[in-house]
Amino acid sequence: METYYNPADLAKFATVGEESPELWKKFMSYYGEVFKDGALTSREKALIALAVAHVVQCPYCIEAYTEDSLEKGVNEEQMTEAIHVASAIRGGATLVHGVQMKNIIKKLGF
Amino acid sequence: MNQSSVIAKVSENDQELQLTHLERVNNITPFVEKIKETNLYPLKSKDIKIMQTNVGKVCNMYCKHCHVNAGPHRTESMNLETMAQCLRVLADTDITTLDITGGAPELNPHLPWFIEEANKLRRRVMVRTNLTVLSQPEYTHLMELYARHNVELVSSLPYYRDKDTDKQRGQGVFETSIQILRDLNNLGYSQKQSPLKLNLVYNPGGAFLPPAQHSIEADFRKELRDRHGIVFNNLLTITNVPVGRFLTFLHQSGNLPRYMDKLAGAFNPLAADRVMCRDMISVGWEGQLYDCDFNQMLGLNCQPGHIREFDLAALQQRHIELHNHCYACTAGAGSSCGGATA
Ligand code: SF4
Ligand code: SF4
Repeated sequence: METYYNPADLAKFATVGEESPELWKKFMSYYGEVFKDGALTSREKALIALAVAHVVQCPYCIEAYTEDSLEKGVNEEQMTEAIHVASAIRGGATLVHGVQMKNIIKKLGF
Repeated sequence: MNQSSVIAKVSENDQELQLTHLERVNNITPFVEKIKETNLYPLKSKDIKIMQTNVGKVCNMYCKHCHVNAGPHRTESMNLETMAQCLRVLADTDITTLDITGGAPELNPHLPWFIEEANKLRRRVMVRTNLTVLSQPEYTHLMELYARHNVELVSSLPYYRDKDTDKQRGQGVFETSIQILRDLNNLGYSQKQSPLKLNLVYNPGGAFLPPAQHSIEADFRKELRDRHGIVFNNLLTITNVPVGRFLTFLHQSGNLPRYMDKLAGAFNPLAADRVMCRDMISVGWEGQLYDCDFNQMLGLNCQPGHIREFDLAALQQRHIELHNHCYACTAGAGSSCGGATA
């Protein structure tokens, strides 16, 4: 069955750099730096990436950072808590926009 | 028995079929070709310091990652004569360490004698125990024997939580392991100022690489101390080797090409230089000699091929038998029976 997302396509990621190799090189070196141990450990960064991957709903990133988290010794309970954080922020961000809705109601109503 | 368990049984025991599965992975550079890119080919033994003796395939457990395909259904067990031959070699050479593995070594009835005799030779004696066997009333006394003879214990505990450990090793294994670890601590194992050493072994719960040894060791130390009051010396991380039951799992779950690609992609020349087979010799339950326990399970004999023909000088010159499973020893931080290598 044909689908938009194919797991094998992840390996073709580098082809995206073909038309603008300089930008690609800069992005990749930046990306590599971001995930190194720093003020946050690379494990903490993998969990943040996993949570963000769920918010942006990127199947490639979800696969990559689930595996990366496992390889950093993270367990399923910890990964689940990370995506609950993502879900809470996403849900909270939706609800807090209710303030905008209320402002409009107030402005337009009697 | 369903169809898939029939396939599992056949492939776990068939060494040729295992090698065929490993050879057929065509998305990677064959290991032998890869090692030729370094200056390590042909890979040679350096100095044999460790004799790792597999005293049998009988085990009380049936773990998913087991490269031995050990279990209660196995019957292979080293006899007294072969053990005596191993001891003669130890007496005649400067091999410093006798590393006893299995199966569950405790299920070999000659184990106590083997340990006592090796101890008389003043060798460092290690036993790889699965812990749970020591909870069975017939074997609990072995803990005291281990302590009396200063046996270094290496115990598998895949994770510091019950769920992950039990998924890999069987229901209730974590809890039983914790009880035994507590008993060992009470006997002096891993206590300050005690010479008794107890190392734990982490291995991944599936087709992925282990985390950095120091980082997961810190987690184990904290969790086991805070939740269970348990102490240990070191945590060793070991990469799952695509041999035996783990190879069957990879094959049947469709993970084999991906896992091999991962291992090959993480090839580390420094780890290749430090593979454990260069410092050890492995002895099978019938006395056959191999480069390591994995080659043993694949039937890749060395020359001379039997403990009764042991020739240290010749074996120290030997070329190691390499195959695609060797990528597990050279991936990332490396892997050996002593944990990470690079
Ligand atoms: S991994 Fe160890 S404890 Fe588990 S079945 Fe194999 S020999 Fe037994
Ligand atoms: S699998 Fe055995 S022979 Fe191959 S590199 Fe590892 S220890 Fe050496």
